Amino acid sequence: MERRVVFGGWVCPAILLLPQMAVTLVFFFWPAGQAAFQSLLRGDAFGLTTHFAGIENFADLVADPNYLGSFGITAFFSLSVAVLALAPGLLLAVMADRVVRGAAVYKTVLLMPYAIAPAIAGVLWMFLFNPGIGVLAAALRRIGVDWNYLLDAPQAMLLVILAAAWKQVSYNFLFFLAGLQAIPPSLIEASAIDGATPRRRFWTIVFPLLAPTSFFLLVVNIVYAFFDTFGVIHNVTQGGPGQATEILVYKVWYDGVVGLDLGGSAAQSVILMAIVIGLTAVQFRFIERRVHYA
Amino acid sequence: MRSTILAAALAAIVATLSGTAAADPIELQWWHAMTAVNGERVNKIAEDFNKSQSEYKVLPVFKGSYAETMTAAIAAYRAGKAPDIVQVFEVGTATMMAAKGAVKPVYQLMADAGEKFDPAAYLPAISGYYSTPEGKMLSLPFNSSTPVVYWNKDAFKKAGLDPEKPPKTWPETFEAAKKLRAAGIPCGFTSAWVSWVQIENFSAWHNIPIGTLQNGLGGPGAVLEINNPTVVRHIANLAAAQKDKSFDYRGRTTEPEGSFISGECGMIQNSIGFYGAVKKGAKFAFGVTELPYYPDVKGAPQNSIIGGASLWVMAGKKPEEYKGIAKFFTYLSSTAVQEKWHEETGYLPITKAAYEATKASGFYDKNPGTEVAIEQMTGKPPTENSRGLRFGNLVQIRDIIAEDLEGAFSGKATAQAALDDAVKRGNALLRQFQKNTQ
Repeated sequence: MERRVVFGGWVCPAILLLPQMAVTLVFFFWPAGQAAFQSLLRGDAFGLTTHFAGIENFADLVADPNYLGSFGITAFFSLSVAVLALAPGLLLAVMADRVVRGAAVYKTVLLMPYAIAPAIAGVLWMFLFNPGIGVLAAALRRIGVDWNYLLDAPQAMLLVILAAAWKQVSYNFLFFLAGLQAIPPSLIEASAIDGATPRRRFWTIVFPLLAPTSFFLLVVNIVYAFFDTFGVIHNVTQGGPGQATEILVYKVWYDGVVGLDLGGSAAQSVILMAIVIGLTAVQFRFIERRVHYA
Repeated sequence: MRSTILAAALAAIVATLSGTAAADPIELQWWHAMTAVNGERVNKIAEDFNKSQSEYKVLPVFKGSYAETMTAAIAAYRAGKAPDIVQVFEVGTATMMAAKGAVKPVYQLMADAGEKFDPAAYLPAISGYYSTPEGKMLSLPFNSSTPVVYWNKDAFKKAGLDPEKPPKTWPETFEAAKKLRAAGIPCGFTSAWVSWVQIENFSAWHNIPIGTLQNGLGGPGAVLEINNPTVVRHIANLAAAQKDKSFDYRGRTTEPEGSFISGECGMIQNSIGFYGAVKKGAKFAFGVTELPYYPDVKGAPQNSIIGGASLWVMAGKKPEEYKGIAKFFTYLSSTAVQEKWHEETGYLPITKAAYEATKASGFYDKNPGTEVAIEQMTGKPPTENSRGLRFGNLVQIRDIIAEDLEGAFSGKATAQAALDDAVKRGNALLRQFQKNTQ
């Protein structure tokens, strides 16, 4: 006999779902709908002359080589941030998992950067590496490195990737650690008795069992790199030098808030939304199939 | 104790009620982007005005950076809650002008309110920037600056240069910068606000156009012309100097400032508004002098142009509110207020009378260098090329120019290719602005 909780009628579930639905509608569907509508309009900043422009805003974007270039930059940036945030997070979690004495101290210290807002993280890194006032920039110059990320595009990219990834390592560390602690010790002990080296134990037992966590973190990190890194870019490079670090979300903000081109900015955010929805769908469809949920 | 509080509360309520019954001062919102010393002065000006009369009360509100202040005002306008007065930076001028119906031109405001107003009292080099081609003032100039050269006298001594003789021309500047490098100074000279100083002011100073139609003052159909041989040669020279760091690019806006104060760069070309920071922060002797020029360019040096911001009045307010704004603008333009503003912030005085009063007070003798900016701007009557500039989307165009200059300075593109690209992309933005506002 199967036992299942069954609600009588629809009123109770509707009431329970309502708050979540309201939040989603007000904070997601409504603004998204507004953006979609705005992307079809053209007009001055004050809204004095607005007219329907159809897909003109989108056509302008597709014809703009700088906008297309921003895709490549965003892909490289997001992938680098995800890899550089996930790998050290996993390594630190595996190490911290073994620590017996003072484990709480290690964990606390490793978690601290997560409490820092991306904008503040950006400012911290900017202060360290700014060619004019940065302490580490001065040190780099002293050892002969021609450090000027305001002119050197690879240096600028490296700096924003490090700043964005550094902050996210803590988050990944926390989830990996929780994932590790959920693995039954008996499995590892059994393989140890069978003579498996720690390395082999990690790759054949721990890593596959961490797959659900890793998959979840991959999605979260990509979304983080796409959206939440705005503060880092804004405070460190403002998209420069040239447009070397102008990722898509920064361009949305720039064209909308600085450029006051609301239609063009809305069109970009619609495209960005489509990309993230597409990426997440792909990740769920193709990668999740290989994930083994314990 | 409790009864005292109660009594105080009651008294407050009675006061409020009776206040509403009698003539409450009309509140005027003034949104601005001034920080530190400048922000304190803004508050003081409003406070003094409020004390000087009882009909109106100006409330200054700090709204963040220039771009943020402008965006906030526009968003507020769209929501029907616009402030009465908003401070808009000079590059936003075209956007505000195009917003007919959203703003109330200052000349009209003063005429409607019956306030005495003489546009000729203002320095033409400043008011021209914010006036129609017919000379009608649209917004009230507030904080205006112009770029000058600051040089480090101690560094000059170290390099065997005469510390009292700064370079006058560009060839002399490059030569002095090379000597500074040879003496171990990490960077010969740098420039803040690279588009404003090295392109816009450079062009005005050499009496060559930035764009057609009197640099856009004549209408929204203007196109950029900054890929001309004089500018191309200048950018190529800067790019060449970048190689040995006799010129060192250190950021688009104010980022390079720290490099001069720390002594890393021997010279900097920057706004006169930087004077206070140097005076306070520099641990070396310094001087202020005029921008350099190429002696083989005919007509150079002409005059430099301004940067800074002006005050715009928003449309849709009541007549009595406009009356208050007009009164406040008269107060703001008065010689005493302007003189104090000029002396304390380093920004230029906006009226001729304030300039004369400052001169008479002996301020310039006590603070050598502060007069350079105003002399540089008013030395010659402005031409079509040096009256100012007015382009839509100028905020983005400046960033485009900076992006392309970064390409030239890092050796990725030639000066010609960089400026051609800036013209091409800049013009696309100009056409977009024209399309969106018509």
